[in-house]
Amino acid sequence: MNREATYVEAIREATRQEMERDESVVVYGLDVDDPKAIQGTTAGLLEKFGAGRVFGTPLAEDAMTGVGIGMALAGLRPIHVHIRMDFVMLAMNQLINVAAKSRYMYGGQVQIPLVVRAMIGRSWGQGAQHSQGLYSFFMSVPGLRVVAPTNPHDAKGCLVEAIRTDDPVLYVEHRFLHFQKGPVPEALYATPLGKARVTVPGTDVTLVGISYAQTECLQAQRYLEAVGISAEVIDPIWLSPLDVETIADSVAKTGRLCVVDNGWTTCGAGAEIIARVMERLQSVREVKILRLGFAPVTCPPTPTLEALYYPNGRTIAAGVNDLVLGRPTGWVPEERKEWKNIEFKGPF
Amino acid sequence: MNERFYRALYRIRRVEEEVAKAYPSDKIKSPVHLSIGQEAVAVGVCEALKPEDIVFASYRGHAAYLAKGGDLNRMIAELYGRVTGCAKGKGGSMHLIDVAHGVMGSSAVVGTTIPNAAGYAYALKLRGSDALVAAFFGDGATDEGVFYESLNFAALKRLPMIFICENNSYAIHTHQNQRQAISNIAERAASFGIPAEVIADDVIAVYSAIDKAAKAIRSGAGGPFFFECMTYRWKEHVGPGEDYHLGYRSREEATKWIDNDQVRVAGERLRAPRRASIEAEVEAEIADAFAFAENSPFPSADELWKDVYGASTA
Ligand SMILES: Cc1ncc(C[n+]2csc(CCOP(=O)(O)OP(=O)(O)O)c2C)c(N)n1
Repeated sequence: MNREATYVEAIREATRQEMERDESVVVYGLDVDDPKAIQGTTAGLLEKFGAGRVFGTPLAEDAMTGVGIGMALAGLRPIHVHIRMDFVMLAMNQLINVAAKSRYMYGGQVQIPLVVRAMIGRSWGQGAQHSQGLYSFFMSVPGLRVVAPTNPHDAKGCLVEAIRTDDPVLYVEHRFLHFQKGPVPEALYATPLGKARVTVPGTDVTLVGISYAQTECLQAQRYLEAVGISAEVIDPIWLSPLDVETIADSVAKTGRLCVVDNGWTTCGAGAEIIARVMERLQSVREVKILRLGFAPVTCPPTPTLEALYYPNGRTIAAGVNDLVLGRPTGWVPEERKEWKNIEFKGPF
Repeated sequence: MNERFYRALYRIRRVEEEVAKAYPSDKIKSPVHLSIGQEAVAVGVCEALKPEDIVFASYRGHAAYLAKGGDLNRMIAELYGRVTGCAKGKGGSMHLIDVAHGVMGSSAVVGTTIPNAAGYAYALKLRGSDALVAAFFGDGATDEGVFYESLNFAALKRLPMIFICENNSYAIHTHQNQRQAISNIAERAASFGIPAEVIADDVIAVYSAIDKAAKAIRSGAGGPFFFECMTYRWKEHVGPGEDYHLGYRSREEATKWIDNDQVRVAGERLRAPRRASIEAEVEAEIADAFAFAENSPFPSADELWKDVYGASTA
């Protein structure tokens, strides 16, 4: 029952099981059928389901997205895989002008059950064009759903839900999460649309971490616990639709909200989450807020600047500590090496 | 000329071998896409260019950067993430630039610099300059829509530019035949009304072809020109190692190209003592460049905030 699997294995299993269950599910994208099989997430699918249902593509993000839309219009359930979200930028026209709008624009007569898998995240000095977490762009577009699972359990459940949903879904995977292990039931299950989860209960502050930032928030929670601050950590899981209720309920209790984004904060997912919570709580109780994310600069590859660019468990704890105490204290916790995340090594 | 070619080829080969050697030390925290095996294209092209000419490259851009005269010290420092790097450590291996030597940058997103090169060429033409632009890209980039859109614009405006497709048959691990219905890249370019040629992996053949095209452009006959240069990547797509074990290509396939190693062939055209002295000079230069990088500082924290925006010109 308590079977463990990695995030990669969870994605692969969800895909395989859904393809077995529903023959309209098709997986395609650049390099899905190459020897590395997108970090292993698509390994073995070609052998099992054949080249009709699993295929690599030319380097043609825009056209291949349009092709996915066409397949979806004809009744297939395509999963289009991108090894980096940065490359999805080439497909914005098809995704935003066509996929997101078709159902509405055609008066409900069509649906586009397209899943777009997009990897985000750094590693090994990836630099400006290989590190962006741009999912907030998609959150602002009605008709698109956005999900960013953070553990292997949700990686499987959310992908299943995304495949079964009759709308286009952007499925966001952070590379640092790929090799995390956790419990993943073997049986097929879906993680319901638009439901957040309280990962760690607490009383002093609500800490929301998006995608990989969830992991850093869990570390921050431990640093804070050590100085007597109780943080309630929430994983929003789905960004669109967003479960504001779970977050607002928590903030109604704690009176403090810190959102840690895995992208830039300006017009980011954190901005949206905070705005939505404040709309609800403005006449209910006073709330102190903080949003954290990438420094508002282009991502530098050199390690010294990269370390300053990304929020981490310690900088989050420092920010939250000041939020709770209501003043800048300059406190930053001493690093606890044993809490450090998996290290990435090149040449990825 | 033989000496120049050999020095340039040998230098690129040896720089990249040293990069590969240093890589496991973790001092280079940047994805490196080595051009080992493909040096003849960059050298053949750039030897035919003038200092004021411009090149745009791809993330596999070490060779073009060096061949065009990009500063070696600053390249290695950039790979090491040091402030003395060509982009102050803010670009990394995939974004080499040397404005003074006409290296106008490279992009990690396939195909991205092709229209940038066309735009630069348009500006040169508008200003009546007789410089020209060379755009380097792979066979994979010719899958992308932006490639065709750029060809059309370049042909339409008769731009002073030379398209250089480095056809090494692969995009990461996917062969051209798995991505393109017909392997006729040069013919496709020709269909836009652009003179186009396929060139073998031979530094002199590349040089002669580019020299002719460059002279035609400079004489006012206009451009663009297109060259599909056949070549082969000996190393893995990204990283310092080999990847024949992955099974997407065979070592036998590589052997044909390795037997035609243009660095070796060019070296054999020289007398032994002359060759030895060129090699010694290059080795010293490379050792200095790595020492320069090792001894250079990392950027200071305030550098994080610089270069996001420029000053107001108002
Ligand atoms: C727009 C875009 N799509 C996908 C990628 C991932 N990718 C990086 S290199 C590469 C292969 C490109 O092959 P080619 O243009 O032939 O250049 P080569 O690596 O052979 O020099 C791919 C697909 C990318 N960087 N940019």
